[in-house]
Amino acid sequence: MLRSKSYTIAAALALAAPSAAWAQAQNDILIGVDEPLTGDVAASGNYVTDGARIAEAAINAHGGVLGRKIRLVIEDNKSNPRDAATAAQRLIVRDHVPVLMGAWGSTFTLSVMPMLIENSVPMVVETSSSPKITTSGNPWVFRIAPTSEMEAKSFAAKISQFNPPIRKADFLAVNNDFGLGSINAFKTALSAAGVQIGAIQTMSPDATDMSAQLATIKKSGGDTLFLTTEVEQIILVLKQAAEQRLGQRVITDGGSSSPDQLIAQAGAAANGNYFTVFFAPWFPEKAPYPDLAKAFVQAWTGQKYPVPGMTEGYRGYDGISTIAAAITAAGKVDPDAIRQALWKVKVKGLNGDISFVPQGPKGKESGQNEANVYIVKIVDGKVTLQ
Amino acid sequence: MAEFLQFTVNAIILGGTYALLGIGLTLIFGIMRVVNFTHGDLYAFGAYMIYMFAALLRLDFFASIALAGVLGFLFGGAIEFVLLRPLTGADIDTTMLVMIGASIALQAGEQLIWTGVARSVPTPFSNAPVVIGPVSVLPIRLFVLSVAVCLLVGFYLLINRTRLGVAMRATFQDADTAALMGVNNGLIYTITFALGSSLAALAGALLGPIFVITPTMGNLVALKAFAIVILGGLGNIVGATVGGFVLAFAEEFGAGYISSGYRDGIGFLLIILVLIVRPQGLFAMKERIG
Repeated sequence: MLRSKSYTIAAALALAAPSAAWAQAQNDILIGVDEPLTGDVAASGNYVTDGARIAEAAINAHGGVLGRKIRLVIEDNKSNPRDAATAAQRLIVRDHVPVLMGAWGSTFTLSVMPMLIENSVPMVVETSSSPKITTSGNPWVFRIAPTSEMEAKSFAAKISQFNPPIRKADFLAVNNDFGLGSINAFKTALSAAGVQIGAIQTMSPDATDMSAQLATIKKSGGDTLFLTTEVEQIILVLKQAAEQRLGQRVITDGGSSSPDQLIAQAGAAANGNYFTVFFAPWFPEKAPYPDLAKAFVQAWTGQKYPVPGMTEGYRGYDGISTIAAAITAAGKVDPDAIRQALWKVKVKGLNGDISFVPQGPKGKESGQNEANVYIVKIVDGKVTLQ
Repeated sequence: MAEFLQFTVNAIILGGTYALLGIGLTLIFGIMRVVNFTHGDLYAFGAYMIYMFAALLRLDFFASIALAGVLGFLFGGAIEFVLLRPLTGADIDTTMLVMIGASIALQAGEQLIWTGVARSVPTPFSNAPVVIGPVSVLPIRLFVLSVAVCLLVGFYLLINRTRLGVAMRATFQDADTAALMGVNNGLIYTITFALGSSLAALAGALLGPIFVITPTMGNLVALKAFAIVILGGLGNIVGATVGGFVLAFAEEFGAGYISSGYRDGIGFLLIILVLIVRPQGLFAMKERIG
């Protein structure tokens, strides 16, 4: 009889434990994450998600938000705009997330944006740089990444640091919102700084052979090539540029160059070139908040995430930290309250201070953060800060 | 002039690799009437194999290429035996759906095993380009072109000068009559699919070290291979070879002199023009109908 009772209690406890965990999970505050986990830019999307997970763990370790834990609901946008919109729809309609973070590429983010208006759900944009995202009149969008224009302006301010000076610039960019937006922004900023514009070439996002574009750029006689694309194509362009003995130094923008990966995979072809990054994990002591940067680097390496991914992973960390701060400021888990709170947040992020200024048509402004831009150079296989 | 010469050299190197991709697909497409959507994934499979053997296990680079080809052959044979053999007599739509499913499964499997992070393979070749006048090219590209030419000649001889080749061509022209003449159609199909897969894997193993290796690296490649096969005519090795070079020259000169933004578009525009003038492709084999 006694034994039978023990079994009953044990069975009840066994049933109760998962149901308690389930009840706890039901109480969690959900945050939707729409990132490319498979497809052409899967590596970057996974890095951003890894950074977001570090933020989730850190926030929950400090008691969560409004006394509740936060929980990321992660959907794969498969590196294409159609699936980016579908992923957002699933997160909003199926999971009822009150706020989203996404969707890495400008083209993916632009395809998600109409859904935010239709469903009145805010999204923090952690990566995309196309100016259209914050100027098209979508009041549910808050971007922490710099626009191409901000990056170009910030770069132009440092143009005198280059020796030999930049006199004639050529461009090679991926043929999408990210690349074309960047060409326009840098062309304008460099022209204003007195730099002559040479060849302008584009490539499709999945192109692997850029020999024709590079032959045209070589003929242009410029001294600097501005390259806009993601890391896999940067590797190919650097290798093929070395093969064709391109005279131009290469400067990449967009912040997704992952210099450690370039050193590992492009080898000597990466030397002597410059890269804009928005978080410099090699020099955490020089970050606006050194302790935060050191803790992030420690958490990243502790999780054994790939080291080259840190320059991308910081975006996920800052994005989730911003969302958590907005929910705290809102005082409730309501999409519109979170949207209003996003205008008031002041977050200490890995990139620097995060807060939003209005951009776009009056009455339907989007939020844009004034992000910091760092320029690094690879010298003898090592990253140096400019 | 320097630019023209560089475009020409680039196009020849690119054409060799396109031809290699095209002949594998044309064998399968032409002889089996199977639209092989796994061609690009087998290309990625070959690239990951050389990464595993040469970069992770540190085996000899050249032996790793050969191993990738052998594994591609066995893998292709297994795909034919397990997925296509039971569909003998099924309509083309069913076969296409199965191959699309196989392609998705293969790509997802590669993503699961290797993750989306790009991989690169060290090679024994120098990174310093060979410079001839105004033209420069990496030694590994010359090696790839040489191997591609050897494979193209080898497969041409296999198809045209061996009993296996006669059986394959007979099956292409009329499978039923070939069977009546004693050809084992099932075996021919398995060998054809395995050979085509082996070529795709070899192309991946050769080109993987030049480019970077990702699970989706085969997507654009498969599209180009289909274009080359259509351009050259179904089942024709010479057609696929010429088609590969025509596409490479069109892309390279189109991107160089017209617009780099429409590089892929220029190649496909050319295909449309060829198909309007010659719907069976440039070098279509005669096929007995009825």
